[in-house]
Amino acid sequence: QCNAGKLISSSSTHGLCSAFPFPFSHQMKVKVLSRNPDDYVRETKLDIQRVPRNYDPTLHPFEVSREYTRALNATKLERVFAKPFLASLDGHRDGVNCMAKHTKSLSTLLSGSCDGQVKVWNLTKRECVRTLQAHEGFVRGMVVRSCGTSFFTVGDDKTIKHWKMEAPGYGEEEEPLNTILGKTVFTGLDHHQKDAVFATCGQQVDIWDERRSSPIRSFTWGVDSFSAVRFNPVETELLASCASDRSIVLYDMRESAPLKKVIMTMRSNTLCWNPMEAYYFTCSNEDYNLYTYDMRYLDQPVTVHMDHVSAVLDVDYSPTGKEFVSASFDKTIRIFPKDGGHSREVYHTKRMQHVICIKWSADNKYILSGSDEMNIRLWKANAAEKLGVLAPRERQATNYSQKLKEKFQHHPQIRRIAHHRHLPKSLYHQTKELRVMKEARRKKYVNVRKHSRPGSVPLLSEKEKHVVTVVK
Amino acid sequence: MASLGGEALTVTHVEKKKKPPARYWEDPPQQAGNGDNNRGTDGEQAGRQTEQQTPKAKKRKENEDRGDGNKFLSGKADRFPGPAPIPEDRLQKFKRKEKMKKPRRQHYKLKDMIARSEENSEMSQIQAARLDLLLPEDAGFLEGDEGEDTCTISQEDIAESVDITSKTKYFDLKLSQFGPYRVDYSQTGRQVLLGGRRGHIACIDWQSKQLTCEINVMESVNDVKWLHSEAMYAVAQKKWLHIYDSNGIELHCIRKFNDVLRMQFLPYHFLLATASATSFLQYLDVSVGKEVAAICTKTGRLDVMCQNPQNAVIHLGHANGTVTLWTPNQKEALVKMLCHHGAVRSVAVDKTGTYMVTSGMDKKLKVFDIRTFKPLKSYFLPAGASCLSLSQRGLLSAATGDIVQVYRDVWSTPVTKPYMAHRVQKTVWGTHFCPFEDVLGVGHGDGFTSMLIPGAGEPNIDGLDANPFRSAKQRQEWEVKALLEKVQPELISLNPTELGMVDRAASEIKHQDRVKALGFDPLAKVKFVPKYKKKGRSSSGNIEKRKRQVGHEDQRDDIRKTAEDRVKIEKERRQKEKKEAVLSSQKSALDRFRK
Repeated sequence: QCNAGKLISSSSTHGLCSAFPFPFSHQMKVKVLSRNPDDYVRETKLDIQRVPRNYDPTLHPFEVSREYTRALNATKLERVFAKPFLASLDGHRDGVNCMAKHTKSLSTLLSGSCDGQVKVWNLTKRECVRTLQAHEGFVRGMVVRSCGTSFFTVGDDKTIKHWKMEAPGYGEEEEPLNTILGKTVFTGLDHHQKDAVFATCGQQVDIWDERRSSPIRSFTWGVDSFSAVRFNPVETELLASCASDRSIVLYDMRESAPLKKVIMTMRSNTLCWNPMEAYYFTCSNEDYNLYTYDMRYLDQPVTVHMDHVSAVLDVDYSPTGKEFVSASFDKTIRIFPKDGGHSREVYHTKRMQHVICIKWSADNKYILSGSDEMNIRLWKANAAEKLGVLAPRERQATNYSQKLKEKFQHHPQIRRIAHHRHLPKSLYHQTKELRVMKEARRKKYVNVRKHSRPGSVPLLSEKEKHVVTVVK
Repeated sequence: MASLGGEALTVTHVEKKKKPPARYWEDPPQQAGNGDNNRGTDGEQAGRQTEQQTPKAKKRKENEDRGDGNKFLSGKADRFPGPAPIPEDRLQKFKRKEKMKKPRRQHYKLKDMIARSEENSEMSQIQAARLDLLLPEDAGFLEGDEGEDTCTISQEDIAESVDITSKTKYFDLKLSQFGPYRVDYSQTGRQVLLGGRRGHIACIDWQSKQLTCEINVMESVNDVKWLHSEAMYAVAQKKWLHIYDSNGIELHCIRKFNDVLRMQFLPYHFLLATASATSFLQYLDVSVGKEVAAICTKTGRLDVMCQNPQNAVIHLGHANGTVTLWTPNQKEALVKMLCHHGAVRSVAVDKTGTYMVTSGMDKKLKVFDIRTFKPLKSYFLPAGASCLSLSQRGLLSAATGDIVQVYRDVWSTPVTKPYMAHRVQKTVWGTHFCPFEDVLGVGHGDGFTSMLIPGAGEPNIDGLDANPFRSAKQRQEWEVKALLEKVQPELISLNPTELGMVDRAASEIKHQDRVKALGFDPLAKVKFVPKYKKKGRSSSGNIEKRKRQVGHEDQRDDIRKTAEDRVKIEKERRQKEKKEAVLSSQKSALDRFRK
């Protein structure tokens, strides 16, 4: 036993060491943990709590299981909060046939209906700010000029009309700035990104100068009619159009003849260019699928997007180019990742009928759908996203849970919850039926291959199946 | 580039400038720079040449050349360039796993993802290691004089020489009436729970010496355990398991749990594991109050128990010298280890889940590596040891009779002497190291002793986990968060990181799972059922005939193949024979000498 009093102590408080050299021969050194509560507790009630951290992994056991639990909770909460439907804009007296985003104002939307009426909507107030009778018969296409001060409409009455964006003053009549009478019916319209040039389609694809009343160029390739035409957002002189002879045709505005076309097994309804990687475009097809093509290699699509159970009528890319949304005759809207074969999201309501046109808003947050039963619906692009400004901690938490969900997305439990969507009964059964049909077709094909000369029936991938030929 | 083209043109056309003769007092690096100039691109060349024309620029350039690019405006070079180095052991401490193998084929996306995630984890590792250097507290220590053993230093001496706050942490509670006592500290180390054999239960805020509650259950008490917070604790009484709150009010009497001898609380799973005299190991989910699992271990009375804090596996010691490992998911023991010749008296597992210390009736103290299940060290204690307990920093306390001994580094170096020793009044009944403090609580026949063990506790607390200084509000928030991320009991396994790994199940197992999920075997051959045909063509004979046509289809393929092979081999053989015959028919002149 050592004698008390013959010690040198170097006791420590608050991590400070002090040694006092005593003139004794017997020495021992001791330090015992002694924390000053002032270092760990806030000084006043107005301060925030002090949170000392120690990231030693042995102090935090089960980190994987705890993260997994967090991810599971986050996934469940995401499904709980998935309420995508925001508003319905009603006022049209016939089905909504086309829509146009305003190029400068986020809150403005234009819609044209089957009775020739065009309505301008204020999305923040969710009300119609202007109504005009633009055409007799359908409004077939509509586009806002790049400056945002005026817009063009085409209709079944063979006219192209140029309208001012501002409503006419009191006492003034609602009149177009310019009306061009065409020879045939126009079915689609798109405006050049910068120049005063626009393109229409109908019996042929026409390029118009805004100042002239006749087209500056007309493209035809065989006798067919076109359903949609779109300018490339990056290579601004390029166009693509969908023709009724099951082909998609690419043009260069500067040349006199079309570039090339790809003929598919079924007709494409519309197409949309990827705004970020503008060599890709996606077309919505009558055979319930969407196809993403690389403009340079048309001989087979890059991706086949399947999930719809009826013809796909419209498609629009998100401004980030990562996803696109499609509208279908099966009364649903689906959101696909640009490189994914199946949709990540499906939107439907009881009252929504065949969805004819769809737009993804320019701030990447909303989706607008116009459908047969005269309504325009406003959806969230991310079903579980909280609207409005997020507090920094809130944002951090959502980012963290997003990352966790991503990390554990392949675990069966989490995948099951994340992928579950409620579908209307008819749609559910149709999906099942289609699956059976597809399986039967596959089986039959396998049998045909089995019973024919080896090599005479090639094994076709899903991508190769739907392309007939590429013509240059 | 177009504008520079003209200049480049003049450079190439005009005859090379004559270099001034080399002087030894000129810096060689500058010359090297000049040499580089000629080789550089035209743009660079043009820039450098204009630079050389002004003397100031020249001087600046010289400065640049000298200091390897790391210098301040004053021209002085940074003596410690680059980021501060981090010691290797710190980095190692935060290392989660080895680097991944690159995929062999050209999986560009996958490669990119792997590279990115590895970059992130490396960054977080470095940041954590950096932060580790800034932690405010250092661990305690005790060093004797030269030639003096630290075990000879008495508690009084230590208490004399430390500061006042620490001095108050050494105290004795004389409770001779209801002894011997079991001890349990709460997760944060603020409260201590004493359970006397004869029914006395006391919760004490031991730092301020305030009694939170004190009751007598009028029944024998086998064990006491704090639940997830200081608000609730479980008491294993003579017959049933009871749960009390911090005011001493009985919340539950759980009749499903009878004759409990030992308890362990798994804080991240909210599970209370109990070992009973009827050899049952039971798990109670304290968040929902349900019994999760009841396992009959069939090994007799279970009075030795501990948990592995890293993977929540329960270790049980048995009278036949074995230690068994249990999870709630399996009715059998995961592992059975024969550790002692004679009954196991006590078991303890360290914080990292690497080492297990056992003591037995054969008076041995053994250390096992429970990753490999191999013995590392074996010590002989003349008196034998009971009540083993491991501190956060790896100190081992062992009680031999009425002496509490504390050992240091039992698994790395052969230990001959205890680090500290202390004699209490009567036989030791329970010991428990206080988390985040240099304190060992000893419950014995004569009450409770709180000892100072320098270097026992983890010096740096984590405020988001177990925070001794948390306010009521913080505790509430922590409780909600902890309940939200309660780990399900199904996830308890020997390797807790298994969940984050790729499940490379054998294809057979995968197939079995698929069959189970689908309800049928998708790869099984479909039995051929002949179509029903009219006009008498579906007579039983006809059906049999049609079946026979299809019946051996795949066999026929095989037969056809073997037949083809046989023909081929035969053909080859014949050709070979023919060749040989041709060769043998050629007679040479020397053949006549053959016999």
